Amino acid sequence: MSLRELWAYRELLYFFIWRDVKVRYKQTAVGAAWAVLQPFFTMLVFSLFFGRLAKLPTNGLPYPIFYYCALLPWTYFAASLQNATNVVVEQQRLVTRIYFPRLVLPISAVLSGLVDFVVAFGMLLALMIYYHIIPGRAVLLLPAFLLLTLLTALGFGLWLSALNAMYRDVRYIVPFVVQFWMFASPVAYSTSLVPERWRWLYGLNPMAGVIEGFRWALTGVGFPPGPLFAASACGVVVVLLGGLFYFGRMEGTVADIV
Amino acid sequence: MKPAIQVEAIGKRYRIGQRRRYLTLRDRLGGFVHAPARLLKRAPSLGRQREIWALRDVTFQVQPGEVVGVIGRNGAGKTTLLKILSRVTQPSVGWAEIRGTLGSLLEVGTGFHPELTGRENIFLNGAILGMRRREIARKFEEIVGFADVAEFLDTPLKHYSTGMQTRLAFAVAAHFEPEILLVDEVLAVGDLAFQKKCLGKMDEAARGGRTIVLVSHQMNQIRRLCTRAIWMDAGRLRMDGATAEVVSGYESAMSRGDLNDRPESRESEAKTRFLGWRLECPAETPSRHLLDSLGEVAIHFELRLTEPLRHGHHGVALFSADRELIWGKAVNGLNLEPGLHRISYTFACLPLRPGPYFWRVSLWQDHELIDLWDCLPEMVVATPNLQHPRDEWSGVLNIPCEVTLREIEAAGSSEQPGLVRASYL
Repeated sequence: MSLRELWAYRELLYFFIWRDVKVRYKQTAVGAAWAVLQPFFTMLVFSLFFGRLAKLPTNGLPYPIFYYCALLPWTYFAASLQNATNVVVEQQRLVTRIYFPRLVLPISAVLSGLVDFVVAFGMLLALMIYYHIIPGRAVLLLPAFLLLTLLTALGFGLWLSALNAMYRDVRYIVPFVVQFWMFASPVAYSTSLVPERWRWLYGLNPMAGVIEGFRWALTGVGFPPGPLFAASACGVVVVLLGGLFYFGRMEGTVADIV
Repeated sequence: MKPAIQVEAIGKRYRIGQRRRYLTLRDRLGGFVHAPARLLKRAPSLGRQREIWALRDVTFQVQPGEVVGVIGRNGAGKTTLLKILSRVTQPSVGWAEIRGTLGSLLEVGTGFHPELTGRENIFLNGAILGMRRREIARKFEEIVGFADVAEFLDTPLKHYSTGMQTRLAFAVAAHFEPEILLVDEVLAVGDLAFQKKCLGKMDEAARGGRTIVLVSHQMNQIRRLCTRAIWMDAGRLRMDGATAEVVSGYESAMSRGDLNDRPESRESEAKTRFLGWRLECPAETPSRHLLDSLGEVAIHFELRLTEPLRHGHHGVALFSADRELIWGKAVNGLNLEPGLHRISYTFACLPLRPGPYFWRVSLWQDHELIDLWDCLPEMVVATPNLQHPRDEWSGVLNIPCEVTLREIEAAGSSEQPGLVRASYL
């Protein structure tokens, strides 16, 4: 797997992303607004049930802000993960006819989600203006958290992508796992809900650090990155390197099994 | 000078077995207990399997600027060879080396998306083939002109007719100019006028000094474009040399019925399947898939039903080597019980020109396709040639006929016209 080869195919990567985004919104009445509606309505439901009714703690933030800050990266992560899992099998015709480094496919799946992310981010800005939340200097770290989300999605996506090419039921397991994963992450609640002595275990979930980091960077409230965050970042790097290796090994035979 | 393509003892092995469904994790987790590492291994084994060598011990070289044709029957390994050279799949043994930029046209219109417009698809398809965006933009007008779709550039591809789509696909492919080009039977698209244009482009490419490897069933294309030909037979390289020699070797082997049968196993416990086919002639034939008489012949297809068939519909079609439909028939209202059945078609005569032909059979029930089979091995027709000796006048049928000449009126004479009967065969 050479980075040089990947760089040589960067235009193809661009075209795949461009195609995915164009096709996703063609002939839809609402167009790109779909990217916003999902996190927005989830936020409404959470605000009502987890916030208003169950009164889960939100570190003092208004419910919509609290949930939306987390749903923004989470929606991106979940969508990228599912897309990366499916992409090789979906592009079966391409994979069996044309040569290109197969790594381009999961990378394009993860990157094309960024477009939706940007659209949904617009809604976040609107919400922040509405609730008069002004981010502090921590917001400069936001791109770093986004990058970590991207790498987490890519890392796990590579494993799932390769596994799905071999075992076709993997794509059906993913939505279930993602649901569970969401509740294991501080999306619907704050990490303060987790007892101190279990926080280290909780922190092994790479998305836990990312979600809290997002919230903290945008609102200044919550859990600034600490040793737990560093640990989960290392975990992501390990998963990513493992994923690159495993995907690379499967790449050679994928045209025969897909 | 170093060869542009060098292939050394390449072999490709496939495991074929009862692929009833893709392997699921559930199956594998059961085996996990016994061998944990197997779960993550590639190419999971699927129980009862056989190995076939799609390619075996293939060695050859192509010099820069050569135009090489690859011929052979279906299933001989031509596409597998191209796939290996294109790096789409890896050889099981052996190696190949390519010197120069490589482009492969294993199919036209790869990556076309029906929702995108013609313009967008040109860029997408070009990028997928390997062209840079600048290059596509530069050749854009030419491509559009070649395909003749200027008015429809901004309509989604799904509104194009199949002909337009194919023309567009080929137009993009035709303007792709790598140093080495691998082409797999894609020149047989479109109407005659378009095919001429395509051949013209190929000519240009060949004369432009590009290295081309062309797979085709159309011998006249091979003869016209290629200086050298390679004959693939049952995965092995059977002949490699000057076009005229190899092509005539191939054609005479076909008409002799020199077959390298590789029967495909289609047994499957779970599904209704066509299992096999064979010929039956009153006279003795060297093979059950070789037709060498113009007399009565019966074609038998074996069908195994695992479930009862109600209101079934069976179709049969005969295709020439160029994928032209020669004959087709449908039988409706079939009600059959599970078991082994034989469907027989008896012909007074099958007047076909010598060469390979393909049967295709299908079984439907209430508009649902149960099985469709492109029968292997091919039927090879090796009847004596009763046609015009010149290629372009011999046509597709080999109809036996009797010729009589009779004088109806003699010029400038009141004598009774004599009957001159001559039989010309």
